[in-house]
Amino acid sequence: MERTKAIRGELLELKNEIEGHALDYGLSFYPVVFEVCNYDTVCILAAQGGFPSRYPHWRFGMDYDQLSKGNTYGFQKIYELVINTDPCYAYLLSSNRYVDQKLVMAHVYGHADFFKNNSWFKNTDKKMMDVMANHGTKIRRYMEKYGHDKVEAFIDTVLSLENLLDINVLFQGPGAQKSQVLDDDFEPIDKRSQALRSFMNSKLDKRNTKETAKVDEDDSTLKSIDEKVRGTRDIMKFLMDCAPIKEWQADIIGILREEAYYFLPQRMTKIMNEGWASYWHSKILTQKALRDSEVIDFAEVHSGVMAMSQKQINPYKIGIELFRDIEYRWDTGKFGKDYLECTDMHAKENWNKETNLGREKIFEVRKSHNDITFIDEFFTEEFCQRQKLFTYKYNPRTGRNEIDSRDFQEIKSKLLSQLTNFGTPLIEVESANFQNRGELMLKHVHQGVDLDINYAADTMRNIYKIWKRPVNIHTIVEEASVAYSFNGKEFQQIKL
Amino acid sequence: MDHPIKRDHARFRKIIKGKIRDNLRKYVSQGEMPIPKGNGQFKVPMPQIETPRFRFGDKSQGGAGQGEGQPGDPVEGGEQGEGQPGQGEAGEGEGNKELEVDLSLDELAHILGDELSLPNIEPKGKKNMESTVDKYTSIGTVGPDSLRHYKRTYKEALKRQISMGTYNAKNPVIIPIRSDMRYRSSTSKVEFENSAVVIYMMDVSGSMGDEQKEIVRTESFWINLWLKSQYKDIEIRYIIHDASAKEVDEDTFFRTRESGGTLISSAFKLCRDIIQSDYNSDEWNIYPFHFSDGDNWSTEDTKLCLDILDNDIIPHSNMFCYGQVESRYGSGQFFKDLSAKYTENHERVTLSKIKNKESILDSIKDFLGKGK
Repeated sequence: MERTKAIRGELLELKNEIEGHALDYGLSFYPVVFEVCNYDTVCILAAQGGFPSRYPHWRFGMDYDQLSKGNTYGFQKIYELVINTDPCYAYLLSSNRYVDQKLVMAHVYGHADFFKNNSWFKNTDKKMMDVMANHGTKIRRYMEKYGHDKVEAFIDTVLSLENLLDINVLFQGPGAQKSQVLDDDFEPIDKRSQALRSFMNSKLDKRNTKETAKVDEDDSTLKSIDEKVRGTRDIMKFLMDCAPIKEWQADIIGILREEAYYFLPQRMTKIMNEGWASYWHSKILTQKALRDSEVIDFAEVHSGVMAMSQKQINPYKIGIELFRDIEYRWDTGKFGKDYLECTDMHAKENWNKETNLGREKIFEVRKSHNDITFIDEFFTEEFCQRQKLFTYKYNPRTGRNEIDSRDFQEIKSKLLSQLTNFGTPLIEVESANFQNRGELMLKHVHQGVDLDINYAADTMRNIYKIWKRPVNIHTIVEEASVAYSFNGKEFQQIKL
Repeated sequence: MDHPIKRDHARFRKIIKGKIRDNLRKYVSQGEMPIPKGNGQFKVPMPQIETPRFRFGDKSQGGAGQGEGQPGDPVEGGEQGEGQPGQGEAGEGEGNKELEVDLSLDELAHILGDELSLPNIEPKGKKNMESTVDKYTSIGTVGPDSLRHYKRTYKEALKRQISMGTYNAKNPVIIPIRSDMRYRSSTSKVEFENSAVVIYMMDVSGSMGDEQKEIVRTESFWINLWLKSQYKDIEIRYIIHDASAKEVDEDTFFRTRESGGTLISSAFKLCRDIIQSDYNSDEWNIYPFHFSDGDNWSTEDTKLCLDILDNDIIPHSNMFCYGQVESRYGSGQFFKDLSAKYTENHERVTLSKIKNKESILDSIKDFLGKGK
């Protein structure tokens, strides 16, 4: 059964037209392959992160369930789907109107340009379609060999680690994110402690392991391992290398880690990426591609995408407005020392040096920033007011969320803290040999917001399944330094 | 060939059904019920399926938003994932929303049946009865005036007048002639009768408190669910009583609270009347349920109750069920009186004591475990 079709006729002409406009504006991208499909297929693809083939796992079924329902009930609708590969694949919904397809195509070229040029995507594997399919084959093989339930249960466990990544790995060259290809039948035989053994395996040439001379399990060895892993935030890799697990299990951690790193840049540039794509769909349509009769329909869809929410920042809206603001400021010279230090409000208001550097500037910004640096550098007080931003807080007295502040600095720091470490707590290894007993001590690098302790407990339960020794975490709760431990039976607070 | 995601989907459905079964006791004893959606589907909240990850505690966290308003004004609407029409490129699926799963009545009943290992009910009378029903689903050109389809007739006339050129838009008068007339017409269909009626009776006198009623409510929800999965058609009637009885709708049934005495016979009499007037026991599978805390006004009245049960209710019912909900004020005498007469393995009478919410499932098992 064919699920997606290549575009033909009218849509193909449209694609050529939009692509031409995109190129004229200076966008640069890998070839974009558009495919048309029905809504069910879009739901399948979206549930699988855009990829036609993934490893078998129930959560893709769960996402599919929710997405299809979302459509049936009209809560949400997926308009477009692009994946970061070379060529770049994008799916068009067959039921979309012609004007929608126009908008989507222009939007897609924005994403395609961003994928190719933003530096955080530099090391993503552009052949991920094949990689994902291979991962699927491998995991299916493990399931045949070790049992479906056993492998699935292990994947469930590893998914708890999915956000324990180190963004710096993205810059360590293409190989750093890759899973290791392992030999299925490899089983090392030696009498050292499991944790130590696995750790050593990763450091040694695998073919020679069987002949490796015995290493005394003395304090100094443990200490040296401990020192090597101290402070690492790439906890998936740490466990893959050092935990006493079977090779197939290490391989599965590797596979899930590689996929997690592949998606990481998208999580780090959501605002920029959507802003950039929205900027270009808007520009291409309003200046070039839109016919008079389509203006109303375009305005309707566009304003839908840009809708503001009191509860959440709309990345499309903030993104596009920030790019426009940057363009305007660099066109008029409202930047730099002179402007910033100008105290004459009237002069500042009417400032126009006709620098006309706007276009150039936004291209540069889309190349070198991520959401955090983007907000940090270009989010100004004027912009903040114009966008009517605020912070809100839960009020225990009234039992509801209430607007807390419209103060620029507070809003900015709230935004930044929400974006830090792609919105998840920063966790690193404090010790792999805590209390000199091979226990794992993690550290939550506290940046103002406490952990959800119930979730932390369940997560540590899962890490214990991999590490097989007590798992501890050092964090801050209500401004006091505390530590918790899961020893395989119970979760409790411990003294440091 | 189906897409492999269908297998992931089937796997997901299997996992959640297992989870629901594992948690059924908790769901039931906490009075948490699936929410009926009106199309035979039920919505079940499933907080447990989420993958645990390190994450921030969210209540204190707050956030940033956009819009009008002063500090102190409430922030409305939009949980994550809602109302964003332009879902972006493929990516992560973080999201903090609680998972809600839709299950059909049959799936849900299956879970209940599995957990309690309930036997399927063998409808009374062995073979299902057949009957023909007339369904007015088509349109014909002949028929009695009472079945004339006004709209279709009008349409035909309009069509005719336009095609003949006699329709005048300035004076739009439509006069149907004989050949324009359209009538509803019926098609006969053989249907298998397999119908049941459940008659719930409840003592709403002062001694039955909110907790007791909550128990009855939860219990009847699951009983209905099971019976609905076993019968093609099911009707449910509700009777409340204190010293006198009346038939009410479902809502009133669970909300009413009276003071005053208790005459259980009043409910049984009404139940008898309902059966006699509306439900021929040759055609219907009849399930009277009575819930009380066991207090009755007098032994005289209890005698009367037993008479009505023996002569009018039990002979016509698949099973008469009495559920005694323990309350601080109830003596539990009625249970003793009934159990003295109807021994534990009586064919058509089931008695069950419901101590508290935790014992609801066991009580359901008492009632439905016989497969009648």
